[in-house]
Amino acid sequence: MSKGRLRWRKFVSNFMLAMTGVCAFVSVLVLFFILGYLLFNGGTSINWDFFTKLPKPVGEAGGGMANAIVGSGKILLLASLMGVPIGFLGGIYLAEFSGKGMASVVRYAADLLNGVPSIVIGIFAYSLVVLPFKHFSALAGAFALGIMMIPITLRSTEEFLKNVPRMLREAAMALGASKWKTIVTVIVPAAYRGIMTAILLALARVAGETAPLLFTAFGNRFESHGWSQPTATLPVMIYTYAVSPYDDWHRQAWAAGLVLLGLVLIINILARTILSRGIAVPRS
Amino acid sequence: MATTTTTLKGAGPVSGSRSFFLKLRDGDEIARLVTLVFATTVVLITAALVWELWVNSALPRQKFGFHFFVTSVWDPIMDQFGALPFIYGTMVTSAVALLVAVPLGIGAAIFLAELAPPRVSDTLQFFIDLLAAVPSVIYGLLGVFIVVPLMRTVIYPALNKPFGYLPIFKGPSYGVGFMTAGIVLAIMVIPYIISVSREVLLSVPRDQREAALALGSTRWESTWKVVVPFAKTGIMGSIFLALARALGETMAVTMVIGNTPKIAASLFAPGYSIAAVIANEFTEATGDLYLQSLIALGLVLFLLTFILNGLARILIVLTTQKGSEVGG
Amino acid sequence: MKRIVGLAVGVLALCALVLADNALLINGAGATFPYPIYSKWFDVYHTKNPNFQFNYQSVGSGAGIKQVTEGTVDFGATDGPMNDDQLKTFQDKHNGTGILHFPTVLGADVPTYNIPGVTGALNFTPEALAGIFLGKVTKWNDPAIAGSNKGVNLPAADIIVVHRSDGSGTTYIWTDYLSKVSDEWKTKVGKGTSVNWPSGIGGKGNEGVMGSVKTTPNAIGYVELIYAVQNNIPYGSVRNSSGNFVKADLASVTAAAAGAAKEMPDDFRVSITNAPGNKAYPISSFTWLLIPQKFQDGGKRDAIKGFLQWMLNDGQNSVEALSYAKLPKEVVEKEKKAINNIQ
Repeated sequence: MSKGRLRWRKFVSNFMLAMTGVCAFVSVLVLFFILGYLLFNGGTSINWDFFTKLPKPVGEAGGGMANAIVGSGKILLLASLMGVPIGFLGGIYLAEFSGKGMASVVRYAADLLNGVPSIVIGIFAYSLVVLPFKHFSALAGAFALGIMMIPITLRSTEEFLKNVPRMLREAAMALGASKWKTIVTVIVPAAYRGIMTAILLALARVAGETAPLLFTAFGNRFESHGWSQPTATLPVMIYTYAVSPYDDWHRQAWAAGLVLLGLVLIINILARTILSRGIAVPRS
Repeated sequence: MATTTTTLKGAGPVSGSRSFFLKLRDGDEIARLVTLVFATTVVLITAALVWELWVNSALPRQKFGFHFFVTSVWDPIMDQFGALPFIYGTMVTSAVALLVAVPLGIGAAIFLAELAPPRVSDTLQFFIDLLAAVPSVIYGLLGVFIVVPLMRTVIYPALNKPFGYLPIFKGPSYGVGFMTAGIVLAIMVIPYIISVSREVLLSVPRDQREAALALGSTRWESTWKVVVPFAKTGIMGSIFLALARALGETMAVTMVIGNTPKIAASLFAPGYSIAAVIANEFTEATGDLYLQSLIALGLVLFLLTFILNGLARILIVLTTQKGSEVGG
Repeated sequence: MKRIVGLAVGVLALCALVLADNALLINGAGATFPYPIYSKWFDVYHTKNPNFQFNYQSVGSGAGIKQVTEGTVDFGATDGPMNDDQLKTFQDKHNGTGILHFPTVLGADVPTYNIPGVTGALNFTPEALAGIFLGKVTKWNDPAIAGSNKGVNLPAADIIVVHRSDGSGTTYIWTDYLSKVSDEWKTKVGKGTSVNWPSGIGGKGNEGVMGSVKTTPNAIGYVELIYAVQNNIPYGSVRNSSGNFVKADLASVTAAAAGAAKEMPDDFRVSITNAPGNKAYPISSFTWLLIPQKFQDGGKRDAIKGFLQWMLNDGQNSVEALSYAKLPKEVVEKEKKAINNIQ
């Protein structure tokens, strides 16, 4: 092979590999760009008012998103209470009790549910919760988000439970514990970290969802009380303010975006660091 | 007390119902039943979802039949509903997204899997995972305030002036449109392509690379001509996953696509996607046919993502299995 | 794990208990056209009557009509009056009881535009407007526009049409006007809250259209007057049926309603676009609150009746500051009597 040809191939190799490096760094840079841009535009609007005041009438400057922050919190709490037990207990079933047939049916259903676009889940929640009760509500929004939390929680619970070493189970049974006792006192605590991580990740995912809330929680200019009233939420407020023509609303949208992104990123980082520290299994 | 279940079951003939109640007495059976109920709930919810979608989209099926998919008129006044503009918009924006995201994503994945030392690779992957977690409404925000002006001031002039005679680059600059939505979607799906492609590339056995290098190939050649083709099906899977995500994306798209139910050849023209029209018109669809047509669109979207996700899963599993079979 | 669950449930119960206070929440949804004045009214009314909270969501007249018909909100709002089919649908869903229209303010749709270098008010003929929105007049320096604007430097740029993507009363007013002045528009497109637009991009709500026009060079859109005023965006004059180019303001909108005030039908549904009168602004309109005739909840009924009374007396005093015109006296008197029809 001629030297020239070899040099060319080497050049191509170095060039292309450098390009892949560029691709990787560009992709990562996007994340920092987003963060930086939000900080720059929204940072100045984050003040005490933003967290404590209610929105002002259209065209008037000032006001905050207190009701949206509380609303998002309420809905996320209720969504977790709905989705996590179903996913968690269902995952226990898959890992500990089920036969092959039932297991594949449940897994398949969960995967299907996971792939449903969030707007379609919103349609489902509207038909099931909003229409029969004849009002938009935090409950409907939580229902939609809760459904979205189920698949992640289910699959992860099953995964982490299955990963618990056999010796733990066998040791428990040798000591005379029944199956359910083993699960409750030994296996679940051993898989605890992983399951917590999954729940946190599921929470982070639905915290940013807007589409399913559009026709379930709807919106509210005031604080909403209880669970059956329309509720303001951060993502929907961001959407409403962003497409408006008012500069003051734009600033608030940036601030809200920063708060939301910050929340989601913190939960993600927390979850991943918990997981990377490993599952609490005693080494023999 | 409860551990004697195994011996009880084996001990002598007990009639069916009596053994059930005996089993019920001990915690295991209760635990099994309780968790079974919850597991079944998952199946029930999914079934209810599909059923609701099907039943509540009966009217357009009856009235339009197959024509629903090929009509491009969306006229609420005349009660004429056709899904074509939305299917078109969904496909075009996803295609643009993939066109941008796939080269970038695979390139980044190659870097992370082949070149970067493990610590660097893991750290960068960590950040890519965070990118995947950014809420879509935030992408919408950025789309409206950054990508749209960028499109108007930089990208449109760069493409329209020299290539404006081509049908895909014709027409005035709206700022919003198919291409803008495609670009925003591309940023959103890159993390999926990177994470999955990186996984499958890492699962390619070392022998493959080493054999190529031993035969005198450069690193790039061994990567591009041996490793990547080996992981080809898995990478396809990652693309399908990304596509499924792009199809269902609602908020970011509706903020930058222009909300116009029309089919246009130009990428700079405004359009509409299935998810966007549902988000915009669902709460105001007066009349059952209108509402059910929107739900029918939802069903179409659901089926599309369902098929793509299924295919993706199969492809990814096939690749990682192949890797472990061939050995390494 | 159990402790966490217990804690969460406790917090939830506490929330529901503590936060459930005695303020009555009345939910409404609908038109974006009057949203600036409604949000001001509801804010002021809440300050005067802290035990009533009127939560109004500006989602477009179409959604307002739909949601009040479904019963998911207590009242609706629209600038395109409900047609007979929609009224019948409401009755069918509510055991034969109907829904009432209550005019609240007078407003105007204005053609607002963003042409680099043009800061003044352009003159638009009905033909020009119809042509632009039909997609036939495609450039700003087209004779149809330039003819009425001698001396203005109009660029040879493509016109970007911005219309509503959601079901809108503002659209109803605009298309109602265009149907009256252009036969081609009437046959090709028609009037309604959602039409099959020949060209242009869609924005969500008056807010979305204003936002799009504001950021897109060479764009034109139609918005309620206050949106253009609040955002300092130029808007044009329109030639009325007497041949005069009139700009939308309190006087010209009030003039448009003068005829209708005397002949207001009992159900208050009336169109005043292209109204006669030298000084009348041709794209004016009433906007209505949609109140169901019968309420299950006595508290909500009384709250709404109280608000309507306040709106017709004190409320009218704050509308002009936001560029809406007051209701004519005759209409106010008629409405006060009609409030008694709400049971």
